Amino acid sequence: MTSLESPDVLKLRSDFPILSRTVRGGRPLVYLDSGATSQRPRQVLDAERSFLEQHNSAVHRGAHQLAEEATDAYESARARIAAFVGADPGEVVFVKNATEGINLIAYAMSNSSIRTGLGPESERFALGPGDEVVITELEHHANLVPWQELCRRTGATLRWYSVTDEGRLDLDSVELTERTKVVAFAHQSNVMGTVLPVQELVRRARAVGALVVLDACQSVPHMPVHLTSLDVDFAVFSGHKMLGPSGVGVLYGRAELLEAMPPFLSGGSMIELVRLEGSTYAPPPQRFEAGVPMTSQAVGLGAAVDYLNGIGMDAVHAHELELARVALDGLAEVPGVRIIGPTDLSDRGGAVAFVVDGVHAHDVGQVLDDRGIAVRVGHHCAWPLHRRFGVAATVRASFHVYNTVDEVAQLADGVRAAREFFGVA
Amino acid sequence: MQLEQMYQEIILDHYRSPHRAGLREPFDAESFQINPTCGDEVTLRVKLDDAGEKVVDVSYETLGCSISQASTSVLTDLVVGQSVEESMRVLAAFQEMAQGRGTVEPDEDVLGDGVAFAGVAKYPARVKCALLGWMAFKDAVVRVGDVPEKGTVR
Repeated sequence: MTSLESPDVLKLRSDFPILSRTVRGGRPLVYLDSGATSQRPRQVLDAERSFLEQHNSAVHRGAHQLAEEATDAYESARARIAAFVGADPGEVVFVKNATEGINLIAYAMSNSSIRTGLGPESERFALGPGDEVVITELEHHANLVPWQELCRRTGATLRWYSVTDEGRLDLDSVELTERTKVVAFAHQSNVMGTVLPVQELVRRARAVGALVVLDACQSVPHMPVHLTSLDVDFAVFSGHKMLGPSGVGVLYGRAELLEAMPPFLSGGSMIELVRLEGSTYAPPPQRFEAGVPMTSQAVGLGAAVDYLNGIGMDAVHAHELELARVALDGLAEVPGVRIIGPTDLSDRGGAVAFVVDGVHAHDVGQVLDDRGIAVRVGHHCAWPLHRRFGVAATVRASFHVYNTVDEVAQLADGVRAAREFFGVA
Repeated sequence: MQLEQMYQEIILDHYRSPHRAGLREPFDAESFQINPTCGDEVTLRVKLDDAGEKVVDVSYETLGCSISQASTSVLTDLVVGQSVEESMRVLAAFQEMAQGRGTVEPDEDVLGDGVAFAGVAKYPARVKCALLGWMAFKDAVVRVGDVPEKGTVR
């Protein structure tokens, strides 16, 4: 496996203009919050700007030259993004973000459940009382609340796998049954960095005929992901977490499923034939892209994928694991720090969450901020997981390829300073 | 260092030794408030005098950062023993300062130890922390008013 040496990281850091700014009275920015949103390299910013300056037009309509160029740019981005995650272009639907992607699936299932799907082929997405949707205790609210709502609308029951004290999934906590229609889970926990056993979960879901929905928000940006090999039915991820723009994300669906799935949002672009009495719908992916879509953002995400390919996702992952090791080792030396999540690096990515005895996460974050270190504090949109560990809030450091070992080493020093400041050292 | 601007010694003192902490009986109304962005919680009880005009006691439990805990502690110092009307004036002044992005000059005669939170106003993400207990107090006082008079039928 190739890994990034520190000179490589320093060199690529110069692609990210924001990383050279200072904060809070002249301190160099140490950005350890890429799990929330990542920073964008000049290549992505340039691609967006150049598209807007040269080719901007509404895609998939109009016969003029700009319309052609814009459509080519949009579809080329789709093809490169699809290749990046091991999918066919027709299996990639552009959405606003992963949250919208999960809602799209949930509402398509809703529509199927009240028999307003496409026809008999949409029956496989129908849910009703007695059916089950299974998630996990570590999910981001985006992969929890839409399923709660779907269950409310259909009368189905929500169940979840619990999480062990080590921050791993307890695979014995739920037994899937013939009534399990959906198994939805994160590829990697946005809080603890835990990588879930996708292969085993897919095997179990397949055994009962359930659909598998993978929240790949924290995996696709940080490690090689091949969705076809993972054999999931659906997957979602957001552009802004993978060095790309906000306002664009991806819903992946196996071609055969998208083909049978009714739309969520309806309107222009997603139709085949419209009469006042009723309409028919375009094939996927257009069926799921109603209205003029985000275009410069999709082009920017294409550029982000090119950029990540240039580094190599193996190298990105190896680098982030090294950063996680430095963070875990450093924090282990600080008294009163408890890591929430796995402390070994197997099946793990680069998010590190922790609490400090006697100092609230907000206060730790404030001391870190005073030193120029940006981390996330709170429940990170995974409130049930925090309840499970008996904490209201954690501090989370998360990384991307542009972070250095030196930056991450400052984390433990900052936590020490917080303990001193609040008099618990 | 900017940190001391936010965490003034008064705030740290209240955080380490909060005044009137804990939930007490009797009380007229209770309010539970939560900060959905961070999950911090406060449960706060208010006891007014028989006429419903004077704040007799404020008791509370908080699960939160130093700012929210200290702010709730200061609140009790400022409102207990005051008329309800005066407590609402203090609340309005505290809220104005906290939401003023550092542009509101606080009046120490009105806000007492509360002026220490002027620095927090420069950190928009922490304003909600400073106001959590105050919002609970306001809500609880309103709830006291909601209780039907003795002998009236709902």
